[in-house]
Amino acid sequence: MSINASIKPNPAVRVLAWCAIAFLIAPIPIIILVSFSSAQYLTFPPPGLSLQWYERFLGSSEWVQSIWISLQVAVFSAILTMVLATMAAIPMVRADFGRKSIIYAILLAPMIIPVIITAIAMYFVFAQAGLTGTVLAITIGHTIVVLPIAFVVLSSTLQGLDPRLERAAISLGATPLVAFYKITLPLLAPGILTAGLFAFLTSFDELIIPLFLGGPTTQTLAVRIWNSVVMEIEPTISAVAVFLIGTTVLVMVLAALVSRAFQRKSSSSSHQEASHA
Amino acid sequence: MKASAGNSIVLDNLWKTYGSFVAVGGVSLSIEAGKFCTILGPSGSGKTTVLMMLAGFSEPLRGNILIDGNDVTRLPPQKRNLGVVFQNYALFPHMTVLGNVAFPLKMRGMNAAEINLKCRQMLDVVELGDFAGRYPGELSGGQQQRVALARALVFEPRVLLMDEPLGALDKRLRAALQVELKELQRRMNVTVVYVTHDQEEALTMADQVVIMNHGKIEQFGTADDLYDRPTTEFVAGFMGDTNLIEGVVTAKGNDGVLRVEHPTGRTILAQNNASSVGDSVSVSLRPECLALEARKDSPTEEANGWNGRIVNAVSLGDAMRYTIVVGENRPSLQIQLQAKLGRRGAHGHRFYPADEVRLSWNANDARVLPRGKR
Repeated sequence: MSINASIKPNPAVRVLAWCAIAFLIAPIPIIILVSFSSAQYLTFPPPGLSLQWYERFLGSSEWVQSIWISLQVAVFSAILTMVLATMAAIPMVRADFGRKSIIYAILLAPMIIPVIITAIAMYFVFAQAGLTGTVLAITIGHTIVVLPIAFVVLSSTLQGLDPRLERAAISLGATPLVAFYKITLPLLAPGILTAGLFAFLTSFDELIIPLFLGGPTTQTLAVRIWNSVVMEIEPTISAVAVFLIGTTVLVMVLAALVSRAFQRKSSSSSHQEASHA
Repeated sequence: MKASAGNSIVLDNLWKTYGSFVAVGGVSLSIEAGKFCTILGPSGSGKTTVLMMLAGFSEPLRGNILIDGNDVTRLPPQKRNLGVVFQNYALFPHMTVLGNVAFPLKMRGMNAAEINLKCRQMLDVVELGDFAGRYPGELSGGQQQRVALARALVFEPRVLLMDEPLGALDKRLRAALQVELKELQRRMNVTVVYVTHDQEEALTMADQVVIMNHGKIEQFGTADDLYDRPTTEFVAGFMGDTNLIEGVVTAKGNDGVLRVEHPTGRTILAQNNASSVGDSVSVSLRPECLALEARKDSPTEEANGWNGRIVNAVSLGDAMRYTIVVGENRPSLQIQLQAKLGRRGAHGHRFYPADEVRLSWNANDARVLPRGKR
């Protein structure tokens, strides 16, 4: 750290860095401003301020229904992802068996295959099963899309966990199941939560899967935004966008708070013997 | 806890293989109750595999394990009631010191008041009473080691298994903990099986030492037994340093002293175990058993009395290590020996390279061993 602190960044690098940050951030305040516009059409800067677009957004039963559908799908696929990724990561990291690389390839495949291919394939399967247009179908779709990344996150957490901890618990009288619940699961919790939050956020703004698998009564927020943009561009969209950004920021802050709580609990700074002697 | 006679642990012809690799090949061993038994061996000798089979984490291919007379070979590890201390302590990082020590008692369904009392007592024993509320990450290596020990002993197991528990600590701390550990074992009257590759640890703590090599037991006995009366070249070389001089047995005295002839014609008188006349043998001669004397001329050589020349002298601090060459005419017939003497030598004399010396030893200090495969 002392080495990093002593390096002074070149002023040109500083300017470039701030430009990049501005480029990434700029659309957000613009959208927020536009969402409070008093104009009847998209224009910047807004001629005056009003809450009309929020009224139109939150006063519309269709938009509110979409929020509800999106939340359902995001929560369910986050839960499903956490369970499946944990179940996949434990044997893949801990157990020793042949053909592991093949199973790895299958688990990671959805990351390589374009989402639209996955979506079309699932559309045909779910259509035959009569499941298209249900929250369940979209949930399964999102789980499949986000599972590889959740699996990678959890595998790396698990790799950092000493398998002897579970053995120690068993030697102290715990059954393997109790050892898992008391030792491995709590230590995996930060990884599982990270995977879950990631699944939630991915699902919340993913468009292609619900576009194929959703129906008229199960339009997620992303699908409704898409449909309304296709028809006409009006400032309601910016109010919806602000809502999406707000949700994302909220979840990120939550994640940061949770991980900080975990870090404080098990801070692994190794003190020297002398300091206690 | 009362002392009970008889064997605490019996291993009966244990085998373990990984594919075609024989990790443990027919290990039989009896460990008396209340003893500190060290399994000593180089890495890959199968010592940790034996310990893991004892703990129940590894199932033997063949053979039986008896603890206090009960066959536990097929018993799952959580039902064996053994304390286990792992190499890196394996403390639960998300629990406090108290939580770690309480864990085995909670698993046994003890009530909270009793758990708290027992944990406090145990933490006092390992002198960590003030650290109950800390997390393992906030402790030093030595303190973590003591927490692991407390956790493995708090439920009063009859047997404590330890897998190189001091390996990660620095030398001075290790020496202090060896004494503490031995003291604790005596006080709690627990049978300890302690796996290590460090022969010094075996010498300082163990009542019984098992030396393993290539998945088999080479020798079993007290540390002194193994040091003074090794039965194989491997044991002689692994327990401390030794000179191995090859030769053929030419005569056997009534007092058990053998006459061994080196290819150069020099003779050695040494103690025998099971060798007979005509055997090819090695004689083990500890460096500290050699006596050195300065010489001016070349007196005739005799059994256990050879002429040599110092070729190297190294200070070990409290002692000197000399390398001596005997028989200088033909390099192929040279014998190189190590001698370890007090700093000022046997007669207050210190030797330097090129000094001519007379070396001698007592026949009782030299051991005849069967010649190993090379």
